[in-house]
Amino acid sequence: MSHRGMEGSAVLAKNAAEPAVPLQHTRGSSMQTRLTKRNRHIHAENVIGRAIAMLCAAMLIILVLSISYFIASKGLATFFVNGVSLKEFLTGTTWDPEGEPAAFGVFPFILGSFLVTVLAAVIAAPLGIGAAIFMTEISPAFGKKILKPVIELLVGIPSVVYGYVGLTLLVPFIREQFEVLGFSVLAGGLVLALMILPTITSVAADAIEAVPQDLRNASLALGATRWQTIWHVVLHSALPGCLTAVVLGMARAFGEALAVQMVIGNTTKLPESILDPISTLTSGITLNMGNTIAGTPYNNALWSMALILLLMSFAFILILRILGRRKWASR
Amino acid sequence: MTVNIQQAQDTVIKTSDLSVFYGQKQALNSVNMEIERHAVTAFIGPSGCGKSTFLRSLNRMNELIPNCRVTGSIQIDGIEVNSDAIPIEGLRQTVGMVFQRANPFFKSIFENIAFAPRFHGVKNKADLEELVEKSLRKAALWDEVKDRLHESALALSGGQQQRLCIARTIAMQPSILLLDEPASALDPISTMKIEELVVELKQEYTIVIVTHNLHQAARISDHTAFFLMGELIEKAPTSQLFTSPQDKRTEDYISGKFG
Repeated sequence: MSHRGMEGSAVLAKNAAEPAVPLQHTRGSSMQTRLTKRNRHIHAENVIGRAIAMLCAAMLIILVLSISYFIASKGLATFFVNGVSLKEFLTGTTWDPEGEPAAFGVFPFILGSFLVTVLAAVIAAPLGIGAAIFMTEISPAFGKKILKPVIELLVGIPSVVYGYVGLTLLVPFIREQFEVLGFSVLAGGLVLALMILPTITSVAADAIEAVPQDLRNASLALGATRWQTIWHVVLHSALPGCLTAVVLGMARAFGEALAVQMVIGNTTKLPESILDPISTLTSGITLNMGNTIAGTPYNNALWSMALILLLMSFAFILILRILGRRKWASR
Repeated sequence: MTVNIQQAQDTVIKTSDLSVFYGQKQALNSVNMEIERHAVTAFIGPSGCGKSTFLRSLNRMNELIPNCRVTGSIQIDGIEVNSDAIPIEGLRQTVGMVFQRANPFFKSIFENIAFAPRFHGVKNKADLEELVEKSLRKAALWDEVKDRLHESALALSGGQQQRLCIARTIAMQPSILLLDEPASALDPISTMKIEELVVELKQEYTIVIVTHNLHQAARISDHTAFFLMGELIEKAPTSQLFTSPQDKRTEDYISGKFG
């Protein structure tokens, strides 16, 4: 009979069966020298390793700080040097930087950025989380073999390609369906939704996979159906991770310039519906920067828009941090 | 009077030729067993002997394991349940299970208990609150948590979490409780509480407990079944099994010759 893997009351017997090995003192002195020598060597390695790691960390911090400082110093010039009021800048709806008098209202850009981002999130979040559920809970084999590589492929497609596809297929489609221009908030939101879908799917899938199997078993053992288990236990437990996925997607959508710029029409007029064209902060910067000279109010206003983008990305990171820190809530 | 005694001694679970296969490997070999109503039946045996596999067959949790096949008959109150004709949700509601590791949901204490009753039709808030209190009282946890029902269940200690899991199972009003080494990860004091609870609960439920701890089996069970290498070697009233086992292997195991 095999004794392998047997335990329980035999613990005592096992301990008794293994007599303590007497310590050997014969090599004591040589052991001591070896120990001290190696310690010195390890110490030097530690110091060097630590210095390299600290240098890398310091460089990252300096990089982030200097970028922030640079953008802030340029961006704040609009208000402190050119005398544009912050309120007028943020809430003004007229963008005419070369007019007489010049008007620097960037509200249409801000609105555009938020509209396309929210639209993209609203479309992509349910699809992405649904796909994540499918590839983790419903059909893990198919998910791992086919869906995951496909999603990785989608992440790798350059944004200009998404924009081009949107321009060639989506814009004419919207034009024909709704008898409008075609370049629109809707087109931008759809292109962005497609772009952030893989991000949301893969991050949400990771979060769902991290839910302990024990919880699924507990739920099923309580007579819950598979769907009740997925909805009330798995998704509920993975909620912070799924929200993180959506916020990450939104951060990407908010910062995307090229693909959006190709399909939204880039007008500074406020849209009346999602079928109207619009501009975003990113498209505003990329389209205008070639026309400006450094130091002019026009140029500074573009930097101020960049500053808003930077602050928004800080805000997204802050939200992610709060989501990550959130303890498993009571409900 | 005699009727009552017979009632107390009758069989609630009866398996015939129950075998379990994981792929090609046979984990349980043709087990025939009868489990008595309102009694604590303990399963003992070395790891890999099939006792947990047998337990998990009773509420068909083995179906969650890929390539797992369960053949033979399981009758609960005379009804064949090892069959696709039996809705699995109803079976699991009747045959509750508590796992080795406490696994509370990432929800409040209240929501943990109310989880199963909600799915099984208790919608009224007052009814739910009453059921939650009753279940927590039965699991001897009410006094410790009554002031923080809406706080996270994960803030409880390990022993409290395990009693919460028992309360959660009780809340769906099962007839049979399967406990898969419920105290193996707990400290002695928490273990003692769980053991007291098990003895208390057998008034209302038929309890089947898997344990590695022979002393625990001796302390709390009325009947003990000894498994070895996928086979049921012996099942007898606990006092009888521990004092005069019929099989040499049982004797060797309980006297610590192997295990």
